[in-house]
Parts: sequence; structure tokens; C-alpha cells
Amino acid sequence: MIGVRGLRVRLGSSVIVDGVDLDVAAGEWVTIIGPNGAGKSTVLRAVGGLLPFSGAVSLGGTPVERLTRRERARTVATVVQSPVVPPGMLVLDYVLLGRTPYIAPLGRESASDLAAVQEVLTALDLVGLRTRRLDTLSGGERQRVFLARALAQGARILLLDEPTTALDIGHQQEVLELVDRLRAERGLTVLATMHDLTIAGEYADRMVLLAGGRVVAAGTAWEVLTEDLLARHYRVRVKVIDGGQGPLVVPVRS
Amino acid sequence: MSDGPGPAGLRARWLVGGVLAVVVALVAGVAFGPVPLPPADVAAALLDLLPGVRIDSGLSDQEIAIITELRLPRVVLGLLVGALLALAGAAYQGVFRNPLADPHLLGVAAGAGLGVTAVIAFRSTSGDATGELPIGVPLAAFVGAVAAVALTWLLGSAGGRVRTPATLILSGVAVSAFLAAAQTFLLQRHIESLREVYSWLLGRLGTAGWHDVLLVLPYAAVTFVIVLSQRRELDVLTVGDEEAASLGLHPQRSRYLLIAAASLGTAAAVSVSGLIGFVGIIVPHTLRLLAGPSYRSILPLSVLFGGAFLALTDLVARTVASPAEIPIGVVTAFLGAPFFALVLRRSAVS
Repeated sequence: MIGVRGLRVRLGSSVIVDGVDLDVAAGEWVTIIGPNGAGKSTVLRAVGGLLPFSGAVSLGGTPVERLTRRERARTVATVVQSPVVPPGMLVLDYVLLGRTPYIAPLGRESASDLAAVQEVLTALDLVGLRTRRLDTLSGGERQRVFLARALAQGARILLLDEPTTALDIGHQQEVLELVDRLRAERGLTVLATMHDLTIAGEYADRMVLLAGGRVVAAGTAWEVLTEDLLARHYRVRVKVIDGGQGPLVVPVRS
Repeated sequence: MSDGPGPAGLRARWLVGGVLAVVVALVAGVAFGPVPLPPADVAAALLDLLPGVRIDSGLSDQEIAIITELRLPRVVLGLLVGALLALAGAAYQGVFRNPLADPHLLGVAAGAGLGVTAVIAFRSTSGDATGELPIGVPLAAFVGAVAAVALTWLLGSAGGRVRTPATLILSGVAVSAFLAAAQTFLLQRHIESLREVYSWLLGRLGTAGWHDVLLVLPYAAVTFVIVLSQRRELDVLTVGDEEAASLGLHPQRSRYLLIAAASLGTAAAVSVSGLIGFVGIIVPHTLRLLAGPSYRSILPLSVLFGGAFLALTDLVARTVASPAEIPIGVVTAFLGAPFFALVLRRSAVS
């Protein structure tokens, strides 16, 4: 569903992403991990077509540069790391913005747009909040609304940049369970970046470890979350123990 | 979707209210003056002016002439200028995601002012003082306005991103001060145009009959069409450029288009009416508080209520101290400065 070959991104004179290859099959969940500055968010932005890059990115078999902006927005939806919360905007109006790629210039929301949004609000248990102001909601509720906006785009590919960073562990689990359920129900393909390695490993089908703009390891959680790899690329001493659902990564004071 | 309110947008009752406000401003603005005319007769006379409508207002030919040659052009100019300033203010607030953005605070008006001053000063030098504004005035104002907003943007941003709302306003203040200094210098060099420029600076709605209306009309039409066509884009831009791009928009292109159109509108308004402050802040903010934060309602309502507000303000300016006239810029600033402080307090609290 997502194919990335030889991706390079330069920002000014520095190379942020340096030759990344990445494949995500339809319906698969792949999580990119890596230390700060490794280029995780940049890879996600390039896949979403949000910044110029060299190399090849294809979505559903089509090179991303061959898609118009609107076509791209119907194919891939992004939840950025800390979305702007527009003051005073109601939940319903915010989620409706997700229908933008279906609304003609100068047009307005059609009945099918409203129906699509209602369906998403129901699926995410947000119907009771639809007339609430987004800026009055809690962090967990907001994250659900951000997700609803992305789902309303009707895209088959979901890019999530640090979807749980601002949440406590209860809400982290809630949001990721929700994403996993939606992925199964709607056949979504998920590419995410995450910092919490244990939780990342529990939800991802495969993981990619990025360091210095390159892929240094890729595979299942057990293959990527090893004491040796993490020590080398995060400069941290960790113990990796079997948690039943997957590896538990525990930092140890040296 | 049967229960609860529908999506954001222009509500019918607000649209009706805006049209009513314009009608009230039109009739009151034409009826009141040194020779008071009965509002009902004025309404009839105005309807009579519409093509295909024949109503006998019972007014004398002289009174009809007062209406069509003196008061109506002035009221229409007030409606147009008020609509342009309010719409431009709303557009700047959306583009810069800054509630305090206003044609004046961004230096746009000062830039337009410098352009106009230059044209008036050079015309005085060449001895061609016809009393009417030269056709080149809106163009000079536009060049000044765009240069000023570009300068403010460059000073207030780094790497294409605005750092904070405060830096943008501060750089607007700096640009305004610089342009005002250039204007003062120019005036000192052309002392003979001081009086003309000064009376223009205070803000006034022209007494040049339909000439000024016709001068500003094409620019106003372009501004209205472009800004109003971008109303949904402005709502999408409120969620941030990256999201707007991921939703299929071209944020930078929308932004430049809106800045150009708003600056053109500001320049056209400034060129015929001088520096009338605060309309671009008072009107959109009141509408934001009352009718909701969506630009799909703020933009069209700014046109209606902005026009009505300025036409009524002009009525106050020319009647409270009759037969003398208070410059309209003084009246709007008198109302606007306290209101601006209120908005500042609110945005500081939240």
C-alpha cells in the first residue's frame, strides 16, 4: 500500500532522511521508532506528500507526485504531532473539515459528507460531543476528534505522528486500541511514529528503527527491540523482557 | 443529522440582519442632514431609483437632487469603504491566525497612506490641483500597501513561519512608524500639500459625489469576489498549514491570494477615505463573538455589517457637531480604541 524507495529529504544544507526504503502492506500497521532527530516525522511527512523529497514514494501503487492534492488527500490522511486547536470551533465543524477533499471549490458540504461524518462520530463515540467546542475537551477526547477528522477523509492510509505523546497511559492504550479496531473494521493501513517502545511494539505488526536518517533495523518487535540495537542507537541501557504480548523495554540506571 | 445545529456557515437570520442593517444605514444616512427628510419618503425615493420601480416619494426635485447628488453617493461610499475595511480585517485575521491583525496594525494602511501622500505631493508640484483624486491614487495606495504588508511579514517571521502573534504586531508597529516617518519627510518637502493630506489622513468620506464611488468600485468588486471565494479555505487554514495541505489545499497560494486581495481592498478604501481605523477589528470581532468563529459567516457578514457600521458612523460624524463635521476617523477610533482594549483583554485571558 505504501512503497518508499531511496527517500532523501534535505532541509537547507543538512540531510534529514538519507536513503530510506520502506514497505507497508495493505492492512498492515508499521511503526517507525528512533531517537529524537532520527527523521521519523520527516519520513511521515514525505509519505503524506507534505514536503519535497527525492526518491520514490507510491501510495496504492501510484507514485505520489502523480496524484493531485485532492486525490492525495482522499488516499492518505495524517494526524500531525500536535494539531492546532482552532479557538471556538465545534467538534462537528472540525471533523467536517476532513471532508474538504470531497467538496468542490466554492461548494458546501453535501448530505453524503454529513452522513460520512456522522458515521465517524458514531464509530468514535463522539456523538455526544459534536456540539462541544474542541478547545474545551480533554487531551484524550481531543485525540479522538483528531482521529475522527482524519477518518472523515475516507482515506485508506492513516499516518499518525506520535499519536499518544500527550496522553496518560490509560488514554494511550484507549487511542491505540481504537486505531487497531478501526484498522480491522475498515481495512486501513497504518504508518505511525512513536516514542514509547513497549507500547509501540505491542501494536505494530512490524517496526522500523531509524537513526541518523537511515533505516538501521526493521522487522517484528522482537527483532527490532533488542538490548543491543537500542543501546547502540538510543545510547541507553535497557533490559528487554518478555511481557507476554511482546517485549517490555525497561530502562536501567547504569 | 436531524437533531442539533448543522455545520458552520452563514445562518439565514444573520444574513437577514445584515441586509436590514444596510437598509437602515442607507435610509438613515440619506434622511438625516442639514435638511432633514422624512425617512419614509427617502425610502420611497430610493426605491424609485431602482430600475423598473416607479414610486412617487412626494419629495421636490431639489430634495431628490440632495438625495442623488449629495447624500446617496456619500452613504454608498461609506458602505463600500466600511465593507472593504471589515472584510480586509477579517481576512488578515484569518491569514495570519492573529485576532489582532488589522489593516492598520500591520502597516498596510500606513503604506497605502505613504503612496497616496506621494501622489498628492507630486500632483501639487506639477500644479494640477483639480480637487478630485487622481486615478492613479488607488494604484499608488496598493503598491504602498503590498510593500508594507510584505515588509511586516518579513520582519515578523523567520523562515516563512510567523513566530508569535506579538512579533507580527510589533513588526507592524515598526513598519508603520517607518512609513509614517517617510510620509512626514515627504510632506515637509511639499509643505503646500500639507493641508490636503492632513484632512485626508484624519479620514473622511468624500464629497466628490459619485466620482469616488466609481473610483473605488472596481477594486472593491475584485476584493469581494476573491476574499469571499476563499471563505471555506480560511476555515481550513485555522487548523494549520500542514493539515490544510494534507486536506488537499494549497495553503500558501490561498494565503498570498487573500493577502493580495485584502491589501487591494484596503488600498482602495484608504485612497478615497483616508485612514479610518479600527473598523477592520471592531466589526469582525463582534461578529465572531455573536455569530461564531467560522469565516464562512464572518466574511459575508463583515461586508454587510462593516458597510452599515461605517455609514452610520459617518452619520454621527456629520450630525453631532452640525454644521461642523468631526472627521470619521476620529469617531471610529473613539469607539474602536476601547473595543480594541476589550479584545486584548479577552485574548490575554484565554
